[in-house]
Amino acid sequence: MSKAQAAGRIETGAGEQSLSLSGEVGLADLPEIESRLSGWHARAPAEIDLSGAGRIDTSVAWALLSTADRMEDGGGQLAIVGANDSVARILETVRQAMPVPATEAPGRRGFAAWLERVGREVVDTAQAAAAFTGVLGLFVARLARCVIRPRELRLTALVHHCQDAGVRAVPIVALMAFLIGIVLAFQGAAQLRPFGAEVFVVELISISILRELGILLTAIIVAGRTASSYTAAIGSMKMRQEIDAMRTLGIDPGQALIVPRILALVLMLPILGLVANLAGLFGGGLMAWLELGISPAMFVTRLAEGTDVSNLTVGMIKAPVFAVLIGVIGCEAGLRVGDTAESLGRMTSAAVVAAIFAVIVADALFSIFFEQVGM
Amino acid sequence: MSGAETVIEVRDLRMQFGRHVVHDGLDLDVRRGEILGVVGGSGTGKSVLLRAIAGLERPAAGRITLLGTDVLAGDEAAREALSHRIGVMFQDGALFSSLTVVENVEVPLRSVAGLSAETRHGLARFRIALSGLPWNAGDKYPAELSGGMRKRAGLARALAHDPEIVFLDEPTAGLDPIGAAAFDALIRDLSHSLGLTVFLVTHDLDTLYAACDRVAVLAEKRVLAAGTLDDMLEVDHPWVQEYFRGPRARAARKEDAPRTGMR
Ligand SMILES: Nc1ncnc2c1ncn2[C@@H]1O[C@H](COP(=O)(O)OP(=O)(O)OP(=O)(O)O)[C@@H](O)[C@H]1O
Ligand SMILES: [Mg+2]
Repeated sequence: MSKAQAAGRIETGAGEQSLSLSGEVGLADLPEIESRLSGWHARAPAEIDLSGAGRIDTSVAWALLSTADRMEDGGGQLAIVGANDSVARILETVRQAMPVPATEAPGRRGFAAWLERVGREVVDTAQAAAAFTGVLGLFVARLARCVIRPRELRLTALVHHCQDAGVRAVPIVALMAFLIGIVLAFQGAAQLRPFGAEVFVVELISISILRELGILLTAIIVAGRTASSYTAAIGSMKMRQEIDAMRTLGIDPGQALIVPRILALVLMLPILGLVANLAGLFGGGLMAWLELGISPAMFVTRLAEGTDVSNLTVGMIKAPVFAVLIGVIGCEAGLRVGDTAESLGRMTSAAVVAAIFAVIVADALFSIFFEQVGM
Repeated sequence: MSGAETVIEVRDLRMQFGRHVVHDGLDLDVRRGEILGVVGGSGTGKSVLLRAIAGLERPAAGRITLLGTDVLAGDEAAREALSHRIGVMFQDGALFSSLTVVENVEVPLRSVAGLSAETRHGLARFRIALSGLPWNAGDKYPAELSGGMRKRAGLARALAHDPEIVFLDEPTAGLDPIGAAAFDALIRDLSHSLGLTVFLVTHDLDTLYAACDRVAVLAEKRVLAAGTLDDMLEVDHPWVQEYFRGPRARAARKEDAPRTGMR
């Protein structure tokens, strides 16, 4: 009785276009039936004899009826005869459900389609920029409200995110900066030794780390770690309509979700930057000692004499800006997640790419700015 | 119908998650061609029972025979063969989100050897129409459909390969009453004309009265009672009494009375 054995018999009947089905005919027989029917044309009479068929399934019924439709469209006719009660009932059920193709307006082609695509891209980009500004504005407005009414600040959430985005990132950030310090000292020594200018390796390390690399690389790591987790967390809430639920319960998503997250980054990124600076200087100093014999005491002395404090200031000024960029991009991408898991994945990776890109662009702009003001 | 072959036989089933026992000593028989309605309070394990029979969840103890095959003992190949003979419609559709509705319905048809792409597509279109969806719904992605439309698409996919048994998990929940009634009629039609066996989990009393031949009540970790709707009125158990004698049940029964008489 099983499907695998259900194969019915399909035989050519008396006429040129005639077929007789018998036994239990099912989906497994459909390829065979299709190949027999495909050559039939509307010009000659056609007949399908079901008198031997004990049972057919809806797939077979559909195939017979769609062939009948096709032949009728061509001005011919297909007679389906000899159906027993149950077979007739299936044929009737299927006949009533036969789909009617909807006529659709044809889509644009060629140049018009290309133009449409370009237009859509432009509008999407503009909308993303507008959405970024919107979330930034929301953050600033809610933050201002927290300043006026400090009780509205979600302190627990803030501390939680500080721990998540800040404290937990310390090991990776410190390790990364330590290694960068080592690389700088090693490469710097190799380049400066021929000139007998090894001692300048201290300036090389301190200026490049304090001014640029410490905070930039920290921001890139945080962008990868935290922007993605913000997008995933907010996005999955958006996906399950939790954000809508918050609104209906009188909880402001900006206040509850966005302010603690971005504020946590603004507080923690400068601290992480400082950690990176220290670890980088430590790594560089260690390498300078081992490789060039510059003692730690001498390293510190040269550091204090040769490196202006403005280098540190320049680095630290950038930190809150990077933090806001990363936080806003992460949260905004989360809010743009649709209601499928795919869009969550897409927006998460898009957020990381956008955040890293934004950090690097901002760093370039800062370089020009500090150059102009002479810092 | 009492002489019909038993297609699902569950004996002494025990399902548990960690230390939480959902079923214990559960027995159930389903006969070929019948529509069995499975009812029970929320969390009594209707969905879990369905998943166990369909081979998606492994019981802690017991025996499940599906279409003559032991679900738990069979090897990979036997289970695979079995999967072509059953269809499952999940509580929330479980459509593949990266495929359109037509492509979703085509998935079970891909295992039929020798079926041309054109036929497969046409057949999928027909299944979609059969489950009551408009033509243009076929080209949409699941995320673009309403909850009720997703249910219908799920049914279209469950029925795509003309299975012998379909498992439906709350098919009419969230449908409008007219849509739900049409759904009931469709399931009854298919069952009666195709000899399709239906295992139908539902909370919907109208569905129960309009579509089901027999009812199984899940309570106290087992099948508390199984039989026709009239039998249920005789069962001496507070939950069953309240369920089948409550005001909603009375309304559903009254409404359905003329139709039941005709059958
Ligand atoms: N994967 C799982 N892990 C742990 N417990 C589970 C799991 N799936 C189900 N349960 C438990 O099994 C019990 C039965 O769940 P089930 O989903 O079958 O309920 P149901 O009868 O279908 O309810 P509803 O009518 O609300 O759909 C519940 O108590 C649930 O907590
Ligand atoms: Mg359930």
